[in-house]
Amino acid sequence: MVTLSCTELSTTEINRRLAELPEGSAAVITEPRGRHNLAVGLSRPISVTIDGNAGYFIGGLSSGPDITVNGFVGWSVGENLMDGTVRVKGNASECSGASSHGGTIFIEGDASSRAGISLKGGTIVVAGDVGHMSGFMAQAGVMVVGGDAGEALGDSLYEAVIYVGGEIGSLGSDARVEELETEDVLLLKDLVDRSGFDHIEPENVTRIASARELYNFDALKDIKY
Amino acid sequence: MCGLVGLHLREETIHPRLGELLTPMLVAMGERGPDSAGIAIFDNDVPDGTTKWSLRAPHPNHDWRAVAERLETRLGTKVETRLVADDAVLVIDHEPELVIKALAEWDRKVGIVSYGNAVEVFKDVGHPAEICERYGIANRTGYQGLGHTRMATESAVTTEHSHPFAAGSDLCLVHNGSFSNYATVRRRLTDAGLRFDTDNDSEVAARYLAHEISMGADLRAALGRMMDALDGFYTLLVATEREFAVVRDAFACKPAVIAETDDYVAMCSEYHALATLPGIDDADVFEPRPEEIHVWSR
Repeated sequence: MVTLSCTELSTTEINRRLAELPEGSAAVITEPRGRHNLAVGLSRPISVTIDGNAGYFIGGLSSGPDITVNGFVGWSVGENLMDGTVRVKGNASECSGASSHGGTIFIEGDASSRAGISLKGGTIVVAGDVGHMSGFMAQAGVMVVGGDAGEALGDSLYEAVIYVGGEIGSLGSDARVEELETEDVLLLKDLVDRSGFDHIEPENVTRIASARELYNFDALKDIKY
Repeated sequence: MCGLVGLHLREETIHPRLGELLTPMLVAMGERGPDSAGIAIFDNDVPDGTTKWSLRAPHPNHDWRAVAERLETRLGTKVETRLVADDAVLVIDHEPELVIKALAEWDRKVGIVSYGNAVEVFKDVGHPAEICERYGIANRTGYQGLGHTRMATESAVTTEHSHPFAAGSDLCLVHNGSFSNYATVRRRLTDAGLRFDTDNDSEVAARYLAHEISMGADLRAALGRMMDALDGFYTLLVATEREFAVVRDAFACKPAVIAETDDYVAMCSEYHALATLPGIDDADVFEPRPEEIHVWSR
């Protein structure tokens, strides 16, 4: 186990040391005290534990590592994540998993507004609530919310799908409730198993997807020039 | 982008540590706003009814004692002069309106940064570490303080355009964001007789709040009305002699983190600015929701 202390090393030094670790290694980052940009851009399957509260962009741009944060995180955890996992033991601030292309982000507390904004294929599983405008313009991927969702959920959705266990403040433009199919339940069972968020009942969630009336730009289709 | 910090100390025994605690918070926010910085300190170190005037020097080595002497003659009362770097805090037992008039009569280049029974404001262009050092902030005692690091978007980078913006007696604010309809609101306030020092959007919010309070509103009501009147993106931290308040716009585009313990309420743009505070690991740390008005009073 490699120990990297935020009181001794700069963010660049920490990320360089992590990037040099061989596949299968484990590292712990101590005393993060809200430090931004920790464990970003990692491309090997290693295990990283951030032992405390962390700042913005944790695990962002990474492809392969399994990252655990023993605390809360600031904005944009796992932004543009490509593969691997990020698990946050506390709450997450705004824009969790923004633009993530792959991998899975588990948030054991609540996520703030704009969770899953512009999701591009990644998976986000939140045990608690998400704030307003979550799933905004999400293009592909899955977001699961164990608690309640705020206002304007799934506004301008493309092909991402959102599942909500609790109440929904309001749906955004072009987002609609759809029937839950067998494939949805199977997917959710797998995500509940992986997350350990067993208060989420796979058969008892609301599926939100795009009504597909906004994004194909066919508003002018009946107009003759 | 700008950085906000604030501390409202509930526990009297840590009042002597206000500046010591506030300084690293502000320096930590230097990354969010390296072009200018400012601090407001609230300290009950003068008798009730007496006013502290934070005045900005028109040039280095300004003769503040001459200013004080002229004020003493003009107002017929004693004026205490406290030199703070090139600037000064004058302590005057007299009606604010007459002091403003007297200052304007002979030296318009002396800027009135703030006035009130408790507040003192220090601000300038430069990095927060340098500004704190220059004004000796780390040694300041007091019961609450707020600070700002600026990355200008809406108006020029000058001392006058930097935050905190003080308006009226003992009210000041720091702002992260930008108001979109501030020129319209400023025209309305100007028509109502208010005067502005700059073309800055945040000054409009400060004067709006001071105006509402002068008409009888309390701070919470004034903030509610301000949120109806002003459009834009904002996290605002506002302090009066007795209150400490935080609000965010409906979209909550600008960050805010609050930490509360029995000893203090602390606010900042990013959590790492709070991480140096004593007892932070046991604090109740949360983000204010959109359009929630949080007010703490002493």
